[in-house]
Amino acid sequence: MIDLGQKNVRSAGTTDVVVIGAGHAGLATSFCLNERSIDHVVLERGEVANSWRKERWDSLKLLTPNWQSRLPGFLYAGDDPDGFMSMPEVIDFIAAYAEFSEAPVKTNTTVTSVSQNSRGYRVVTNTGEWQAKSVVIASGACNVAVTPKVAESIPADIASLTPHQYRGPAQLEPGGVLVVGASATGLQLADEICHAGHEVTIAVGEHVRMPRRYRGQDIQVWLDRTGILNECYDEVDDLARARGLPSPQLIGSSERKLLDLNSLTDNGVRLAGRLMGVNNGAAQFSGSLSNVCALADLKMKRLLDMIDNWIMTHPVLCDGAERFDATRIDESPTLSVDLTDGSIRTIIWATGFRPDYSWLDVPVLDRKGRIRHDGGVVDAPGMYVVGLPMLRRRKSSFIHGIEDDVRDLTTHLHNFLGGELRLAS
Amino acid sequence: MSAVLKEVDNGVNVEALLGAREALTEAPEAAHFVWRATSEWQNGTHTQSSVNRYFGLGEEQSHVQEYSYDTDHPEIFASEDKGSTPVEFVLVGLAGCLTAGIAAVAQNRAIQLNSVKATIDAPMDIQGILGIDSDVRNGFAGITVKYQIDANASEDDIAAIVAQSQKRSAVFDIIANPTNVTVEVNK
Repeated sequence: MIDLGQKNVRSAGTTDVVVIGAGHAGLATSFCLNERSIDHVVLERGEVANSWRKERWDSLKLLTPNWQSRLPGFLYAGDDPDGFMSMPEVIDFIAAYAEFSEAPVKTNTTVTSVSQNSRGYRVVTNTGEWQAKSVVIASGACNVAVTPKVAESIPADIASLTPHQYRGPAQLEPGGVLVVGASATGLQLADEICHAGHEVTIAVGEHVRMPRRYRGQDIQVWLDRTGILNECYDEVDDLARARGLPSPQLIGSSERKLLDLNSLTDNGVRLAGRLMGVNNGAAQFSGSLSNVCALADLKMKRLLDMIDNWIMTHPVLCDGAERFDATRIDESPTLSVDLTDGSIRTIIWATGFRPDYSWLDVPVLDRKGRIRHDGGVVDAPGMYVVGLPMLRRRKSSFIHGIEDDVRDLTTHLHNFLGGELRLAS
Repeated sequence: MSAVLKEVDNGVNVEALLGAREALTEAPEAAHFVWRATSEWQNGTHTQSSVNRYFGLGEEQSHVQEYSYDTDHPEIFASEDKGSTPVEFVLVGLAGCLTAGIAAVAQNRAIQLNSVKATIDAPMDIQGILGIDSDVRNGFAGITVKYQIDANASEDDIAAIVAQSQKRSAVFDIIANPTNVTVEVNK
């Protein structure tokens, strides 16, 4: 089931389009290229849905409900539209899509270099070389777990883990855990590790607070119906900010659980400010905790106001408006934790992710290492990127958000190829 | 009574600030600034400090004039009280920075400010600086800033301006986060 279509896929040669990555974004791209009969190959370093297999912790479920798990030509067909997929379920879903879409996937094929030449792009892999007029980068937004510079100053006897290395609390040694970062990842791990009996401190910088359910519906229902998820990249005030927003503090669970800093506090997790440095063996936290929480509370309230206003002008049946408690902060949150007295045994860096472009030998990266693109049209002729946050729309990084982006970009790509339909014979 | 809508004017040139932001995004080296102060001991705990020159936008710059400040300690410390205490100066810096930020953010959000007043409390246990108890830090135990703001906006919008100002404030960052300090002598 895994080596889908493998028998028909060449190891090397010439094609119109090389798609890099067989996750949901690469497979959706392949589906849309197939619709237009554009010759292409999808190169995958591991198996279909590789990141979902190898780079996710065990308990993770999607942040979006099942009704939002849809790809071009492919809908969720299960009996729990309001549930949240576990990782094995996501892998099955994407693998089934690969089969359904008959994507020409070449698995276990790692791209080691992409460079420009007179005929387009030369794509070198561990199994051979490809020549293509166009390249679609669909290799993911979260290849590398980013750690701040302060990570280098942590005493060597403290275990240091990224979310890519973390599978579950069983792998942690007994003792205190410092979780750095308060996005979806940081909160979920702090919650799980605290329930496993560890003393947990979470370092909280700027974050996005969002309730799982609002007015009797999943928050995603409102984000979808109000049109927020469809907001386009050329409509937002500050695109760089929108693209860099941390993931909202949500968790997917069968009990539709609310996860926020208050629920962590109720379970005994200690809140600290952003981790700023390590000095004489002590971790130092920012004194800005109350402000980052005030910012997040105000922004959540603005979102809920917007939803309430939308409901007022649309005929929907739902529960009444509600407001959530402000984030509770100690009068004097801790500013420092001793890393040498044994109270902290593990630090988890939930400090974000970035794509890996180390194989990309085309000068399209900015000084921060981000790919330069206009809504997925990369700053090199015939090159495209898909599956990044806010690529073309707020929903771009969600599974269901890929379709509109990929349809837009394959139209652009088709025009780039000269509209020359190459009918597969 | 005039029915004409008045334009929001907090005296902040937001267009110039946004222009600078855009220009410095393209030329990050010009964003490198160095702030300076000089000081000279007068007598007792009295010191006179001044500021004028600084570096920024790739070259030496200066204020329109030199500003000078006296710091001293009050009479209950057996000093002559020829100026504010240095720790009060830190509060002056915080108030100035946060309030400037409030004006700029309000202007950018088209909110007219009518009055912005702050009161800052900063408790300190001076057993620290006197060396009585080494568990007590020298600095403030905490800082509380209370703003009274009259503006043509909702309570939430005013709160959001104040929060955004803290987020972008240099002095807030300097106080709330660690900074390496190097003091050299006769070099």
